[in-house]
Amino acid sequence: MKRFAAYRIWALWLAASALLAAWFAWAVQTPGEQSVFMPGQTTHAHHQIEMKCATCHGEPFKGAEGIQQACLSCHAAELKAMDDSHPVSKFTDPRNAGTLAKLDARQCVTCHTEHKREITHPAGVTLPDDFCIRCHAGVEKERPSHKGMAFTSCATSGCHNFHDNRALYEDFLIRHGHGDAAKSAGVVRERGLKEFMVYMDYLDGEPVTAAEMDGRVELQPTPAVVKNWEHTAHAKAGVNCSACHQVNPGKGGEPVWVKRPDHQVCAACHKPEVDGFLSGLHGMRLKQGLSPMQPGLAELPMKPDAAHKSLSCTSCHGAHTFDTRRAAVEACLSCHDDGHARAYKASPHFALWHEEVQGRGPKGSGVSCATCHMPRIEYLTPEDETRTLVQHNQNDNLRPNEKMIRSVCLSCHTLQFSLDALADGALVTRNFMGLPKHHVDSIRMALEAEKRGQARNAASGTAGDEE
Amino acid sequence: MRKLIPLAALGCVLGQPALAAEWTHKEIADALHSIMEADRTVYTKLIVNRLQNQEKVIKASEHWKDDKALVLPAQMFRYGSEAVAEKGAKFSYSLLSLWPVNKQNNAKTPVEKEGLEAVLKGDPYYKTETLGGKKYFTAIYPDKAVAKACITCHNDHKDSPRKDFKMGDVMGGVVVRLPIQ
Repeated sequence: MKRFAAYRIWALWLAASALLAAWFAWAVQTPGEQSVFMPGQTTHAHHQIEMKCATCHGEPFKGAEGIQQACLSCHAAELKAMDDSHPVSKFTDPRNAGTLAKLDARQCVTCHTEHKREITHPAGVTLPDDFCIRCHAGVEKERPSHKGMAFTSCATSGCHNFHDNRALYEDFLIRHGHGDAAKSAGVVRERGLKEFMVYMDYLDGEPVTAAEMDGRVELQPTPAVVKNWEHTAHAKAGVNCSACHQVNPGKGGEPVWVKRPDHQVCAACHKPEVDGFLSGLHGMRLKQGLSPMQPGLAELPMKPDAAHKSLSCTSCHGAHTFDTRRAAVEACLSCHDDGHARAYKASPHFALWHEEVQGRGPKGSGVSCATCHMPRIEYLTPEDETRTLVQHNQNDNLRPNEKMIRSVCLSCHTLQFSLDALADGALVTRNFMGLPKHHVDSIRMALEAEKRGQARNAASGTAGDEE
Repeated sequence: MRKLIPLAALGCVLGQPALAAEWTHKEIADALHSIMEADRTVYTKLIVNRLQNQEKVIKASEHWKDDKALVLPAQMFRYGSEAVAEKGAKFSYSLLSLWPVNKQNNAKTPVEKEGLEAVLKGDPYYKTETLGGKKYFTAIYPDKAVAKACITCHNDHKDSPRKDFKMGDVMGGVVVRLPIQ
């Protein structure tokens, strides 16, 4: 009898173990049920997609190489575009084996470890602040001006970044140091959306009027919708109801009418914009096939009444109005509720925006939320021509914030003022009300380095010795 | 007769030209360098020196993107080397000098230091070295000033440690590294 009882215990244990194993197997494959495997909180950058483990860990789990490939699948293009100062090839070169031993920068996770919230610094860096010193400890030998500088100050004082130094390199500082006069009539570059649409042959239709709407029966639009739509660029460009609301199901099926078209419909004509949206914090959940981002899921302070809004193209652009001015300010402020956002309407930037919207300021002189966070950038067409379009990845120029200098600040401000303002965290929170209290010394140092170089040239008699 | 068959077979093998697999490290390095040197010379002479120094159509600049200018020959060489590394090639190469404008291109390993001194005489230098626990066959080839553009740029650059280069001078060396299995 006793012997039989012992068997029962083992059988129970086996059954319980099998059930547990089955549950783990189900949970690990089911997005939204994977929290039990979470080894620690993820960073601000990735918390939205943390419940889809395979996004970063590969499918099935592929180890370090899979993780590196996952990083690059989202970040390779921006690293290339920023002219990465520390490309992987620098660390795979055998002559730099010593450097590699100090910092294995072949893997993103060496510096950007996930699930380690307690040691995560801005921009997702999980190394101590003195990481530059590992390889650049002797910098004062080459650059005596750097003697005595704090070993944590390289990347925290507005002088250097590990990856992106496009607005910080010495000759850039020198050039701006010479001609650093304030730009009194600064404007941002003009958007070339229409030009791009013409170029892509998207604007080949005749204008359509309310009488010619082709979805009245199927969609039953309200009078307000009709009125809004007929004043849009869409109506003027011949984009009828069916262009957005009739979707082809594929496999030769009949097109079906859709009440609420998603971002993929917009992407048919606005692909660069949708790609940007999907790459940033607003659309990254959609990119991974998850439910849309909602302000209630965000880590930044958001307005409580916006908590359950779902982010899509139309949540900012408004279906049937497509008002880009609303999308540039009011849409942002309908959700964002942090200090920087709350201070915006009292800022000099908003005053300029208000003047432009009222028709009193020159075109491009106003500074909206989008002016800085969704800047107008050069976009390469499929034929490698450049057009000016809006970058819809709000994260593209955000961190480190010096990335904003070239695409935005220099349109109106001097480099010195821009560096100083962006290095003053309190001023950023006040939305740039007041003057910077921080001073970045890099331009002065670069100009001095230039003078020393000129003196050396003069001494050796080679200056201007060109053909 | 039976003894003659294997001998005949051996004769056939020996009589054939060497297969690529039989190339020595030195021969492979020399072959790679001959392509590098040819391309580098063509870019320097036909693109940079012609358009910048002779026809004065466009400048070459270190900040070619901002300045809308030609890529410098040294950058052209480095970008190629980086692209090769990104493709996962087993060999690597770089352009180094005892007087580099970019300090990262200074001699770093003992073999590089010895080799860059040696190639000043004009001949290549070959040696094996161990880096990061791996053994490499390292070949260093003299890199000479082939056009006026080379010497004016280096002699005038504010960060150049040497300012008296003349045409034909060995300004540095191309380092080619092959792993030894």
